Amino acid sequence: MRFRQAKWSEPLVFELSSKGRRGFIVPSIEEKVKSIVGGIKIPKKIRREKSPKLPNLSEVDVIRHYTRLTEMSYGIDNGPVPLGSCTMKYNPRIAAEITSDRRITDLHPLQDQRTIQGLLKIMYLLQKWLALITGMDYCTLHPAAGAHGELTGVLIIRKYHKIKGQLNYKREIIVPDSAHGTNPASASMAGFRVVEVPSAPNGSVDIQALRSVVGRETAGLMITNPNTLGLFEENILEIADLIHGVDGLLYYDGANLNGIMGYTRPGDMGFDIAHINIHKTFGAPHGGGGPGAGPICVKDKIVDHEKNISLKDLLPGYIVIYDEKKNMYRLEKPKHSIGLLKAFFGNTIPLLWGFIYILMLGSKGLRKVTEYAVLNTNYFMKLMENVRGYSLEYGEDRFRKHEIVISAKNLAEETGVTAEDIAKGILDKGFYAPTIYFPLIVKEALMIEFTESESIENIERYAEILKEISEIAYSEPDKARSWPVNTSVKRIDNVRANHPRTLAPTWRVYLKKKNGLL
Amino acid sequence: MDNHPWIPNSTDDVKRKIMEKLGISSIDELFKDIPDKARIERTEWDRLEIGFGKPISEIEAKRYINGLLEKNKVFDPPPFMGGGSYPHYVPAIVKYIVSRGEFLTAYTPYQPEVSQGLMQALFEYQSLMAELLDMDVVNASMYDGASALAEALLMSIRVKRRKKVLIPRNINPFYREVAETYLEPHSVKIEYIPYDRRTGLIDLEELASKLDRETAAVFIQNPNFFGLIEENALDISDYTHKHDALFIVGVDPLSLGLIKPPGELEADIAIGEGQPLGLGMNYGGPYLGIFAVRYDMKLIRQMPGRIIGLTTTVDGSERGFAMILQTREQHIRREKATSNICTNEALSAIAAAVYLSLLGSDGIRELAELIYYRSHYAYELFKRNGFKVDIFEADFFKEFPVNFNGLGISYGEIHEKLLEKNLHGGLYIREWYPELGETALFAFTELHNVSDIEYLIESLKSIVGV
Repeated sequence: MRFRQAKWSEPLVFELSSKGRRGFIVPSIEEKVKSIVGGIKIPKKIRREKSPKLPNLSEVDVIRHYTRLTEMSYGIDNGPVPLGSCTMKYNPRIAAEITSDRRITDLHPLQDQRTIQGLLKIMYLLQKWLALITGMDYCTLHPAAGAHGELTGVLIIRKYHKIKGQLNYKREIIVPDSAHGTNPASASMAGFRVVEVPSAPNGSVDIQALRSVVGRETAGLMITNPNTLGLFEENILEIADLIHGVDGLLYYDGANLNGIMGYTRPGDMGFDIAHINIHKTFGAPHGGGGPGAGPICVKDKIVDHEKNISLKDLLPGYIVIYDEKKNMYRLEKPKHSIGLLKAFFGNTIPLLWGFIYILMLGSKGLRKVTEYAVLNTNYFMKLMENVRGYSLEYGEDRFRKHEIVISAKNLAEETGVTAEDIAKGILDKGFYAPTIYFPLIVKEALMIEFTESESIENIERYAEILKEISEIAYSEPDKARSWPVNTSVKRIDNVRANHPRTLAPTWRVYLKKKNGLL
Repeated sequence: MDNHPWIPNSTDDVKRKIMEKLGISSIDELFKDIPDKARIERTEWDRLEIGFGKPISEIEAKRYINGLLEKNKVFDPPPFMGGGSYPHYVPAIVKYIVSRGEFLTAYTPYQPEVSQGLMQALFEYQSLMAELLDMDVVNASMYDGASALAEALLMSIRVKRRKKVLIPRNINPFYREVAETYLEPHSVKIEYIPYDRRTGLIDLEELASKLDRETAAVFIQNPNFFGLIEENALDISDYTHKHDALFIVGVDPLSLGLIKPPGELEADIAIGEGQPLGLGMNYGGPYLGIFAVRYDMKLIRQMPGRIIGLTTTVDGSERGFAMILQTREQHIRREKATSNICTNEALSAIAAAVYLSLLGSDGIRELAELIYYRSHYAYELFKRNGFKVDIFEADFFKEFPVNFNGLGISYGEIHEKLLEKNLHGGLYIREWYPELGETALFAFTELHNVSDIEYLIESLKSIVGV
């Protein structure tokens, strides 16, 4: 397969503007309306005088412009996107059709609940299925993304300790050094101090180190399992006991759920709170950065016996309840909720996408998803054995789950060709690059996750490409620095992009700087 | 049948080939490291009622879901209701572009060279929004308007190192609740400024009495929750800046065809809900959190969220786009990041870019005027038919409150009767504004034409008997 990405040198939409052109007809204001209303009465001091400097294009201009831009983009529909921890799997098209149905898109979030019973039933079932999949008791579909779910989770931890009257000393959230950056960031947004624990040589959390930091101040631990190295934390039950022993809560980062479905569940491992990335594990598309949906599920753990408060009462947003007597679904705000984290119910479209994915696979299908995701990872690991320049850093003798992290440290040291160069070389072959330089504990990291969606041919080809890159690195290392050449542009100047003098976050800033106005 | 269309390797041959390579005789061997006590047995998992237990076909799924969707009611005309989400027209081209797989199924553009089109579209969103807001720097989106406000308040706390913010009572109550949730861990004092009972606008004296050197930021929503235009915004801006606090302005982007944009109001931060710009109401999401700041490096460095910047290729030969100022973000800065946001609403931002490109400078003004006229037409009809709409004196855009006190019928009953006529009325706001009694907020957009409005008023007349 040879790859050449489209290249249009497409001007900015502003540069395509032509005075007087129109892309959309706004209905004219009826004479009757005009005469009854009289005119616009907005006081002068708040009335906009200068029209916004938006470009003027015809409908034809607009569709061509954006179609060309799509042709210079790359999604899972174009080819493999094996970004580790991003779980870029196929987004079943049937869901695109259903989620664009008027009976979904035209529903107002404050519409009478009796008029959206179909949607509420869908969301009720989704809550139930997610609880079963994660082994938890209750779920909220409110958070808009994984990190939003994490914030929700740590706010629940906060409220748990607050109700118990111990927030004054429960100040710390522990995260492993291999954690996603969102974990420490979420913990600190919820007002906690972050304590990092190192990984042991086998890739798991260093239990001794963990023991030494767990104490009275521990509010909770955030961890993903399998971890970002793709390795299962074998000591998870011990870790759970350790955290529960000091009345901390165990938070499950669901980013890597694709590696365990049908084999174990966060609830079975002792977790109290878990988030789920609908746009990862459950097939909703990622839209070039979003939207996502990050439901949170909790165990029905007691917070306050006397007041009869359990974790489910702290959930944010609106929970769908089935009222048997009335045979009706309705929304309920939990009585001790941490509050709302966004206006309204949740990100309905991705949630519905996830519902369809789960509906069409069922329990057995979901386990199969995990089985093939894991088979694919390990097949790739075998193919990469003894390829010059690459190595496995942690737990060399262990099977991986959903993803694998390969270090190009040797290649970089011996040839100067870095993980970034390798990534660009992969792009040139028509495949997307892995997540690079993450997790931070692996030097020159290439983090690769094929999911269940990739065929054996693509996995073999990917390994082949990495091998070819290694060969070139050792024979003509300079060549690697010129990659990519088959993408719509060559390597991008990040220094210029970030330099205060040339920094251009918008077209107007670019123009102002060019004209010496900024 | 073992193979599944979404799992290309699920054939016996491939499975065998992979297992041979791995030297395993059972897939379970790949999961040996899961402790027994944490394991769910195959039979137990299979018994869980997830979906139908096993894969079903597209034909079956479509039929099943269709049956459920039948139980959702789409109102024609659309609900006369806003409160933060509005029925607006979504042009066909907007839907088409965001359904293209190259955008829809892409990840965050970590590899810029192969994602230039996506990045250009996001840069264009930022640039178009910058013009609409008259602000220099716009990020590539937040979750929604409410969380954008919460992040703006957190940002003002960081920038000013002060622990108090002022929020008017006449802003969207959902936004208030989200702000409270986000601020709670940071011991920030939120003081609510009452509204003037006569105008419905922020009470300037109350504002003056609360604004001091401890105040990090003052927020106004324009139009406010009642739909009223905060005509004193410039005075509030001056006053806020005299106290060296940040001025945050929240907007309905469509109103900016008529109302002074945050930039002209000298806002330091602008936020808003982008849903009116080409997004469905979607039962609450995905929406589009707008977030913008003045060009001031002190502010820019404290911004949350992703930003796409214009640059060149390394060889300087052509234009290119890159993610910029990433050292603010969680994947680099971890617990010291300006926010934990990672996934945002990029596709919604692209929808808004396409929408604004279609409308252009004239279209956005014309649409704002149409909405202004339609909503004022409804107001006049209400008034002429004896309904109490002159609750507040200030002018409004798109929505306004209607009071049903003293008619011998609650708004709940009116709502029921409207439903019987296949109409969905306004938003009952007593929960948040008990002082206004039986009041509902009615919203009118380009989707409510003259006969829809007249039908609503006639129906209400016959229900309440005025």
